[in-house]
Amino acid sequence: MSVIRGRAWLFGDNVDTDVILPGKYLVLTDPNELAKHALEGLVQDFYKKISKGDIIVAGKNFGCGSSREHAPIALKYAGVGAVVAESFSRIFFRNSINIGLPAVISKDARRTIKENEQISIHLEEGYILRESGEKIPVEGYPEFLLEILKDGGLLQNLKRKFAGMGGVSRTQP
Amino acid sequence: MEPVWEAGYGGPDLHRRNFGTPCLVRGDITRKNFIFALIPQLKRVGFPAHNVKIWWYSMGMTIAEKILARASGKSKVEPGEYIIGKVDLAMVHDLTGPLTLNVLKEVGYDRPWDPEKIVIILDHQVPANSTVTASLHKQLREYAGKYGTKFHDVGRQGVCHQILAESYVKPGMLVVGADSHTCTLGALGAFATGIGSTEMASVFLTGELWFRVPETIRFELKGTLKPGVSAKDIILYIIGKMGVDGALYCATEFTGEGVERLSVDGRLTLCNMAIEMGGKTGIVNPDVKTLQFTNTKNESQVLRSDKDAEYHKTMEVAVEDLIPQVALPHSVDNVKPVSEVEGVEADQVFIGSCTNGRLEDLEAAAKILKGRKVKAGTRLIVIPASPSIYMEAERRGYIRTFIEAGGVVCNPNCGPCLGGHMGILADGEVCVSTSNRNFIGRMGSPKSKVYLVSPETAAATAVEGKLTDPLRYVRG
Ligand code: SF4
Repeated sequence: MSVIRGRAWLFGDNVDTDVILPGKYLVLTDPNELAKHALEGLVQDFYKKISKGDIIVAGKNFGCGSSREHAPIALKYAGVGAVVAESFSRIFFRNSINIGLPAVISKDARRTIKENEQISIHLEEGYILRESGEKIPVEGYPEFLLEILKDGGLLQNLKRKFAGMGGVSRTQP
Repeated sequence: MEPVWEAGYGGPDLHRRNFGTPCLVRGDITRKNFIFALIPQLKRVGFPAHNVKIWWYSMGMTIAEKILARASGKSKVEPGEYIIGKVDLAMVHDLTGPLTLNVLKEVGYDRPWDPEKIVIILDHQVPANSTVTASLHKQLREYAGKYGTKFHDVGRQGVCHQILAESYVKPGMLVVGADSHTCTLGALGAFATGIGSTEMASVFLTGELWFRVPETIRFELKGTLKPGVSAKDIILYIIGKMGVDGALYCATEFTGEGVERLSVDGRLTLCNMAIEMGGKTGIVNPDVKTLQFTNTKNESQVLRSDKDAEYHKTMEVAVEDLIPQVALPHSVDNVKPVSEVEGVEADQVFIGSCTNGRLEDLEAAAKILKGRKVKAGTRLIVIPASPSIYMEAERRGYIRTFIEAGGVVCNPNCGPCLGGHMGILADGEVCVSTSNRNFIGRMGSPKSKVYLVSPETAAATAVEGKLTDPLRYVRG
């Protein structure tokens, strides 16, 4: 997994799925359309303001609320490279990794990193590197989660593993 | 006197823990080695025994940790650790199953890893109530037929969690279901949790899934319940105290006399609602009742929490003092004693669902309804959760009691629980229900209201036509 580099966008605790992607957009299916409403509840035109790879750095319980997979999808297609938070809601955490957006747990990131600071996340090594050269530890991922993230999500991961197996089988077992 | 030295034992984590004062011994060592290492250190500092604080870190595991450890082929796991678990049982139903099949279609491969371990159950809208439902059922029927997975078609259908409890789950299993109330099955000493439809596609193909080992919160239930008060009242009370996110991500383990005295039916009710406080699963350590219920002869797979297991936190609940509880609209943690809010007029009373559609629940309701009539202006809907419950209730005369009282008894399925079928509410209507969610619009119109109660309270409410404390009926 390559290093994720970008500017830090700071957010507080309990950023819920309704501000990440308001419920009224759940009817949209095109991820690029969803992206236009990412974090609309907190930052107007977030998708225009961010540069590809930028990193969200938040407090506790990021992604609490509904189980909508649309929320991490909107962030990913808006260009967010990763979300770092002190903790995540369980379902957001699973969804995020399964759709290929790294959700990174770090107890100290939110307290130390400054708004707009250029940072890089070294997932395999388990730290965030600050401009000053300071390293902030993050909770490491095991090999298999890195693999899902490398493939860009669970669906791609499955496709890679099973695509060569002869299409949807039509025969009786 | 404040300690001036500290010593710690157990757990690889210990190196990272902050001791407030100089530390004599620390690290991942056995108890015996700890004593050997500590004595010379104490000698060195002159034996100020009263000034030493010893941190005794537990080496034991909770039942949830043990099941995940075994499923991942490890001897020990700790909360926060990631594992890949081998799944023993995977379940989808008529609403989530078709989504899983669509994902498989996109992957381009759909042969299941082990058809014997996949259970497909029609339960949400059965028999089909629309052409849309009918085609979902058809899709699942064809997949099950093609690969020979377990399949519960119309006639063998029932609320999915009850069917799993009756016929498939054994203590020690790792169970995943594409339904949030899969946590119900933890009552049988399994680790059971709900997952998404995409993840389920991955389980269908590989038989494995990744998990982050959860912290466990323990609920120590003290004493035994008064007559007329049941498992539903315990769990409503707990959720009221914990809030809807009080157990977020955690496994919730129920221990103590209050659980031991409960029947398996009651334990299933407890674990069913773990998700309503954010829990990843509810779980009960298996005992004789569990082994009997699951027909477990070989005890080698049965796991239980160690005495020295480490819990995230423990909450004590004095069960003997408990009185009937109700969750008011529109949140499951909006809980009050029934006696404080009696008198709310009920248009409909629903007794059923994966929370309270079991034999014991029907028995409790039938006892109150026997020889009485449902109040004019109130509709009573009773839905046994499975065919075997239905038959036994019929044999014992409960079904007759409900019909004589003026209720309607439907075939096993989810019914009005999620507002899809058999008893949907109109604008402004109130339903007093034994199910598990009272969110806005859950049982039909967004302008309707749902009150969650025990079967006893539901039955007393049906008789009086308004929310009623059942204790009066039980005593009288
Ligand atoms: S009875 Fe209700 S809560 Fe239980 S599985 Fe059916 S719809 Fe879900």
